[in-house]
Amino acid sequence: MAHATAADHLQTSTGLDNRKLLMWLFLASDCLFFGSFIAAYLLYRGRSVVGPYPADLFDIPFTSVSAFILLMSSVTMVLALAAIQRGNVRNMRIWLFTTAILGTLFIAGQVFEFTEFNHEGLSLSTNLFGTTFFVLTGFHGAHVTVGVLILLSLFVVSMRGGIQQKDSLAIELAGLYWHFVDIVWIVIFTLVYLIQP
Amino acid sequence: MTLAEYRKKRGEPLIREDADGAHDDKHPSALKYVQIGLILAIITAAEVGLYYVDMNFTLLVVLLIALSVVKFSMVVLWFMHLKFDASLFSVLFTGGLALTVVVFTVAIAALGGSLT
Amino acid sequence: MASVAVPKRSPLSEALKGVRLSAADYGSIWSWIATVDHKRIGILYGVSAFVFFMLGGVEALLLRVQLAQPDSGFLDPDAYNRLFTMHGTTMIFLVVMPMSSAFFNLLVPLMIGARDVAFPRLNAFSFWLFLAGAIFLNASFFTGDILNGNLGAPDAGWFGYAPLNLREFTPGHGLDFWMLGLQMFGIASLAGGFNFIVTILNMRAPGMTLFRMPVFVWMTLITSFLIIFAMPIIAVALFELTFDRLFDANFFNAEAGGNPLLWQHMFWLFGHPEVYILILPAFGIISAILPTFSRKPLFGYAFVVFSGIAIGFMSWGVWVHHMLTTGLGTVANSAFGVTTILIAVPTGVKIFNWMATLWGGSIRFRPPLMFAVGTVAMFTLGGLSGVLHSMVPSDFQQQDSYFVVAHLHYVLFGGAIFGLFGGIYYWFPKFTGRLLNEKLGHINFWLMFIGFNLTFMPMHVSGLLGMPRRIYTYNGEMGWNLWNQMSTVGAFLIALSVLVFLFNFFRSLRHGEESGPDPWDARTLEWSIPSPPPEYNFKEIPTVSSRDAFWHQKYREDETGKIVPVLAGGAVDDEAPEDEAEGEHGHGIHLPSPSYMPLIAASGFPVIATGLIYDYALVPVGFALILIGFFGWVLEPATEEE
Ligand code: HEM
Ligand SMILES: [Cu+2]
Repeated sequence: MAHATAADHLQTSTGLDNRKLLMWLFLASDCLFFGSFIAAYLLYRGRSVVGPYPADLFDIPFTSVSAFILLMSSVTMVLALAAIQRGNVRNMRIWLFTTAILGTLFIAGQVFEFTEFNHEGLSLSTNLFGTTFFVLTGFHGAHVTVGVLILLSLFVVSMRGGIQQKDSLAIELAGLYWHFVDIVWIVIFTLVYLIQP
Repeated sequence: MTLAEYRKKRGEPLIREDADGAHDDKHPSALKYVQIGLILAIITAAEVGLYYVDMNFTLLVVLLIALSVVKFSMVVLWFMHLKFDASLFSVLFTGGLALTVVVFTVAIAALGGSLT
Repeated sequence: MASVAVPKRSPLSEALKGVRLSAADYGSIWSWIATVDHKRIGILYGVSAFVFFMLGGVEALLLRVQLAQPDSGFLDPDAYNRLFTMHGTTMIFLVVMPMSSAFFNLLVPLMIGARDVAFPRLNAFSFWLFLAGAIFLNASFFTGDILNGNLGAPDAGWFGYAPLNLREFTPGHGLDFWMLGLQMFGIASLAGGFNFIVTILNMRAPGMTLFRMPVFVWMTLITSFLIIFAMPIIAVALFELTFDRLFDANFFNAEAGGNPLLWQHMFWLFGHPEVYILILPAFGIISAILPTFSRKPLFGYAFVVFSGIAIGFMSWGVWVHHMLTTGLGTVANSAFGVTTILIAVPTGVKIFNWMATLWGGSIRFRPPLMFAVGTVAMFTLGGLSGVLHSMVPSDFQQQDSYFVVAHLHYVLFGGAIFGLFGGIYYWFPKFTGRLLNEKLGHINFWLMFIGFNLTFMPMHVSGLLGMPRRIYTYNGEMGWNLWNQMSTVGAFLIALSVLVFLFNFFRSLRHGEESGPDPWDARTLEWSIPSPPPEYNFKEIPTVSSRDAFWHQKYREDETGKIVPVLAGGAVDDEAPEDEAEGEHGHGIHLPSPSYMPLIAASGFPVIATGLIYDYALVPVGFALILIGFFGWVLEPATEEE
C-alpha cells in the first residue's frame, strides 16, 4: 500500500474507529441486558416462599475476595494496554496473562460458590432466590468466561508476534469488554450481596 | 474523493480533537492506574466493612450505593478511558445506562417492588 | 472482535483462501452463500421476507375461513390458536422487520455514498442467523402430529403471555421453538443494529453531514438505536422463559411467588419500541417517494427528522398502555395514558409534513406514489384508533377486542406493509435495471387497498360490538356475522393483490421496460449510479454539498428562481471504470472478500437450540461451530490479497 498512508484509510466521518464504536454500542446495549436480570432479582428479593434464603447462604468474606480479584484484574488489564501503547510487548503479554489467570480464579470461585449453595439445598427451581440468583450471576460468569477466552486468544496471537504497538486497538477493545464485565460485578456485589433487607 | 483528501483540501484536522490518542500526553501513566487500583481496593474494603456495621438500613443502602457508584465511575472514566476519549462514547454509554435505570425503576415500582 | 494480523499463513489457510476466492466469482451459488455484499444480502433478506409473507398470509386466510361464519368447524380450537400465534409472530418478526432490513441493506450504503456497510461479514452473519431462527421457528409445525392435523406450532400468541407460555399450559415443544427461534432472530437483529449505526455514523461520503442525509437513512439510524436497546430486554425475557420451561426455574411461576406480569412488562418494554422499529423504516421509504413524485423537496426536513428522534425517545415511556387493564392502579394508568396521547404529536407532525410535500407539487401518480399516499392515509386512521386506546376508560372497552385488531392492522399493514410495497415499486428498477409494470402496479394497489379496508374496517365494528380477539368461533346471534363475512372476503382480495404483484414481479424481471439509472428523476445518490449498481457501487466516492445531493447535480435555480436542468451532458456516472481493479486515482478498489465464516458461526445457534430441546449432546457441537466460525472470521483477512 504505497499510495496512501494508514491514517488515510482509517478516516471515518466521525473520526472514530469503526470497531471501537461497535464495542461501545455493544456495551450500551448490554447495560439493558444485565439491567433486565438485575431488575428481576430486585423485584423478587424477599418474595421466596421457601428457603434457603440469601442470609442462610451468602458468605460475604469469600465473595469479597472474588470481587476483589475481579477488580484487580481490571488493573492488570489496563496495565497491559498501557504497556502495548508504549510498545512494550513483553510486559503486555505478562499483564494479559495475569488478567486471564485472575479471571479464571474468579470463575473458579463462582463454580465453588454454586456447588456450595447447591449442597445446601439451593437449585434453580428451589425458590425465586435460586432462580434469579443463579441466572443473573450465571450470565455474568458466562461473560467472564468469554472474556477469558478472548484474553487467551490474544495472548496466543501475541506469542506468535501478531500484536505490536500499532495493534494496540485489539487490546483496548478486549479491555473495554473486560472492564465492563467488572463494573457489572461492582453493581451485582452491592445490590445482590451487600444490600440484604 | 476520499474523506482524507476532502479533509486535507478543506484544512480540517484528520484526527478528532477529543479522540483518545489525539494527544498522547493525555494517556495516564501506569503509576496512575495502580493508584486508582489502590483506591478501588480501599473502597471495596470500606464496603465490606460497612456491611458488618450495625446501622440504620436506609442509610446503609445509601452509603453502599454511593460507594459502588464511585467505583463504577472510576473504572469507566479511567480504565475505559471515557474521561479522555471522544464524547460520543460517553453519550452512548450513559444513554444506555440511564435508560436502563429509568425504565427498570418504573417497572419495578409498577410491580410493587422496592430497593429497601 | 478486533482483527489481528497473523504473520505466517499455514497450508490450511492457503487452501481456505482458494475456497473463498472461488466464491468471489459472481454467478455461482457459492457466491451467494459466501457473499458479504450489502446489495446481495439485501436481496436475500427481501426474498426470504417475502416467502414468509406468503406463509403468514396463508395462515391468515385459514383463520379468516374459520371465522367467515359462526360455529364453523373448519379449524379446531387448538389449530386456531397455533395458527394465529404463528401468523402474528411471522408477520412481525419474519416479514416486516427483515423486509425493512432488506431496504437498510440495499439502500443505506448507496444513499450515504459508501462501498459497503462497516462490517460486511457481520452483516452476512445477521442474515444467516435471521434465516436460521425463522426456519427453526417454522419447524415447530412438525413437532406435533401434522399428518393427522395436529400442528405442533406455538399457541400462546405473538406476545406469548405468561403463564400461558409455561410448560404447564403449553406442554408441547412448539413454544420451545418459538422462544429459541426468536432468541436467534433477536441476536441477528442486534448485530444488524450495531452494524447500521456504525455505518451511518462513520461511512458517510465527504460532505454528507448528518443533516444532509436522506430521511430514510435517519429512520434507519433511529430504528437501529431502538433495536440495540429494545432487543436485549426481549432476549432476557426469552432467556427467563427458557429457564422456566427447560430447567424448572420460577421466573413466572406464581406458585413460587413469581409474578406473571413481569413477562408483560418486559414484553411491552420491548414491544412498544418494537412497533416503531416496524413503522419507522416505512416512514423513511415514503419520505423518499413523496418528494420524487411531487417534484419538490420534502417539506420540513428538520421537522420530520426531529419528530423521528422524538418518537425514538418517547417510545420508551408508553409501554404500560398495553397493560391498562391489568390492575396497575390509577396513577400508572393515567401517567401512561398521557404519555401515549403525547406520542401521537410527533407522529402527527410527520403526517402534516408529508401532506405539505404533496401540496402544490406537480404530482405523478405512479405506483410507488400510490402506495406511499395509501400509507399516509391508512396509517393516519390507525394512529387515530391508537389515540382512542390511550384514553383509559375507553381502552377498558376496547382491550382484547377486534377494535385493537383493527388498530394494529391499520398501522402495521396499512402503514408498514403499504410503505414497503411502495419501496419495492420504487427501487425495483435500481436493483434489476427494469421497471415493474405500471398497469399491473395500479391493479395491485387498488386490489390491495380495497381488500385491506374491506378486511379491517369492519373489525372496528365487530370490536365495538364486543367481539373478543383470539376466539376461534362465535355464536350466530351476536350480530357479528356480516362484519366477519366482509373481513373474510377482503382477506381474499388482499391475497389476489399479492398474486398480481408476484406475476408482475416475475414478468418484469424478464420483460420489464428498461429503466436506466434514474427512471423517476429522483433526488438521492443511489440514482446517480447504473442500475443494477456495480459491485463497488461508486466508481468514485461522491462529494456532497447539499441535501438531495443528486437532484442538485441535475438541476439548479436560474436568476428568476425557476428550476432548470444543469446541461453539461447528464450527471449520471454511467460507464464502468475502464479496469475494475483501477478505481479512483489508480488505487485499487478493495472490496471485502466473500466468507463462509458468518454462515458457519450462525449455523451453531440452531444446533444449540435443537440440543436444548432434544438432546444436550448437541449443545457443545453448536458451541464448537460458533467458535470455529468466529475464530476463522477473526483470523482470515477481511480483504484477500489476490
Ligand atoms: C399514534 C400512535 C399510536 C398510539 C397512540 C397507539 C396506541 C396503542 C394502544 C393504547 C394499544 C393497546 C390497545 C389495547 O390492547 O387495549 C395499542 C396496541 C397495538 N399497537 Fe398501537 N399505537 C400507535 C401506533 C402504533 C404503531 C405505529 C404500531 C405498529 C406499527 C402499533 C402496533 C400496535 C400493536 C401490534 C398493538 C397490539 C398489541 C397486542 O396486543 O398484540 N401501534 N396501540
Ligand atoms: Cu404500544
